[in-house]
Amino acid sequence: MNYLEHIGKYFMMLGQVFKKPQKFRVFYESLFKEIEELGVKSLGIIMFISFFIGGVIALQTALNLESPFIPKSLIGFAAKRSIILEFAPTFCSIILAGKVGSYITSSIGTMRVTEQIDALEVMGINSLNHLVFPKILATVFFYPFLIALAMVLGIFGGWIAGVLSGLFSGVDYVVGLQTDFNPFLVTYAIIKTLVFAFLIATVPSYHGYYVKGGSIAVGKASTQSVVWTTILIVIANYFLTQMLLT
Amino acid sequence: MIEVKDLHKGFGDVQVLKGITTTFEPGKTSLIIGQSGSGKTVFLKSLIGLHTPEEGTIAFDGRVNTKFTNEEKRQWRQEIGMVFQGSALFDSQTVEENVMFPLKMFTDQSQSEMLDRVNFVLNRVNLENSNHKLPAELSGGMQKRVAIARAIVMNPKYLFCDEPNSGLDPQTATVIDNLIQEITDEYKITTVINTHDMNSVMEIGEKILFLKNGIKAWEGTNEEIFKTDNEAVVGFVYSSNLFKKVRVAYLNETN
Repeated sequence: MNYLEHIGKYFMMLGQVFKKPQKFRVFYESLFKEIEELGVKSLGIIMFISFFIGGVIALQTALNLESPFIPKSLIGFAAKRSIILEFAPTFCSIILAGKVGSYITSSIGTMRVTEQIDALEVMGINSLNHLVFPKILATVFFYPFLIALAMVLGIFGGWIAGVLSGLFSGVDYVVGLQTDFNPFLVTYAIIKTLVFAFLIATVPSYHGYYVKGGSIAVGKASTQSVVWTTILIVIANYFLTQMLLT
Repeated sequence: MIEVKDLHKGFGDVQVLKGITTTFEPGKTSLIIGQSGSGKTVFLKSLIGLHTPEEGTIAFDGRVNTKFTNEEKRQWRQEIGMVFQGSALFDSQTVEENVMFPLKMFTDQSQSEMLDRVNFVLNRVNLENSNHKLPAELSGGMQKRVAIARAIVMNPKYLFCDEPNSGLDPQTATVIDNLIQEITDEYKITTVINTHDMNSVMEIGEKILFLKNGIKAWEGTNEEIFKTDNEAVVGFVYSSNLFKKVRVAYLNETN
């Protein structure tokens, strides 16, 4: 199957996904379950990575700014910009593409190869709407909070790293954070997150839903879904940056 | 009653079903048998609407399923119960949740009403005290019974089973066969079973449809299958020495 066929099939899948849920009682149950599976269970890894990567960004910036003519507050400024603009929305989304994407593909793919999706269809249930729509809503609504948390913890990690290493003072760092603060950059990061969240939910669902074969096929589909989601996040990141910041 | 007329279905260049015509009577258990690759599963999946036939019609009590409006199709789906080969239970849900799922999706019953119905059908399939177990915690036979309970929880008019005995020991397979037969008799369901199991053929085959290379090669009852001279049927059903002896014993007894 060529790329155009995949793209066509992906959009046709979305056409089935965005339909009115057949029973809202069941839909809400699925939605809260997905928020827990795809969002709440990713909190730990995102908090851990954000804190340490924030620290590393601040340390690297400090170590590479040795000139006495450059104010130390620039470290906080650079760390803030790096974390808000790229690390939190893009880097964290790529991590989520790996963690959540493989989970989505393998769970839907397993349902496909064990005929659970056929069972839904035989009952008269729109399986794409039932399985994928709650995942999209869960990621699109929850990931902005997750990424906002990643921003806060990343910046906090930078402050802790500076204070503990003695490379810069906490005061300089905070002055840098407050310098030239542009709220639109946060909006930009959230817009990117929404697009990435949509890709993280839909691309792996596509790979899982249309898998053919057995457990090996599900494994291959999981790997492919992570690769493609990452590629699409990187491409979307480029175009969104060009559209929103230039 | 299900009436199938001149059913054709293929995939690409491969024609799997080449014009099958038959009927399945209400309150009877009909079996579809045939070698692997003979088109049994495609035929069953065409009956339940998972495959769309290229030619021919399937009428459920006079209603042709390819001409259904969306609402009619939704209604018809609720009249169907299906037991899949691997049970196809939702593995993240407990037994109770699995069986309750169709009720949640298609009825406005309260939680207690749904629970009463779930407990009733679980009792019917002799599966008490397993409500809160996950499918992975059940044996193959128990999983099949949960699948049957889920299939009948909406009081279906038509019950389809794809290899309900596969992977089960002979004793459990007989229990599942008898259960399906009892449910068919009790609720006057039109039951169609896709099977390789010759014990099922002998025990519960009120009507047997033998498929070979996508065509109907033979049709009859489980008594007629003992007497038939059809080479394809004899070669398939009586391929083992045990069943050859059973046939000889039957023919000696009846002559």
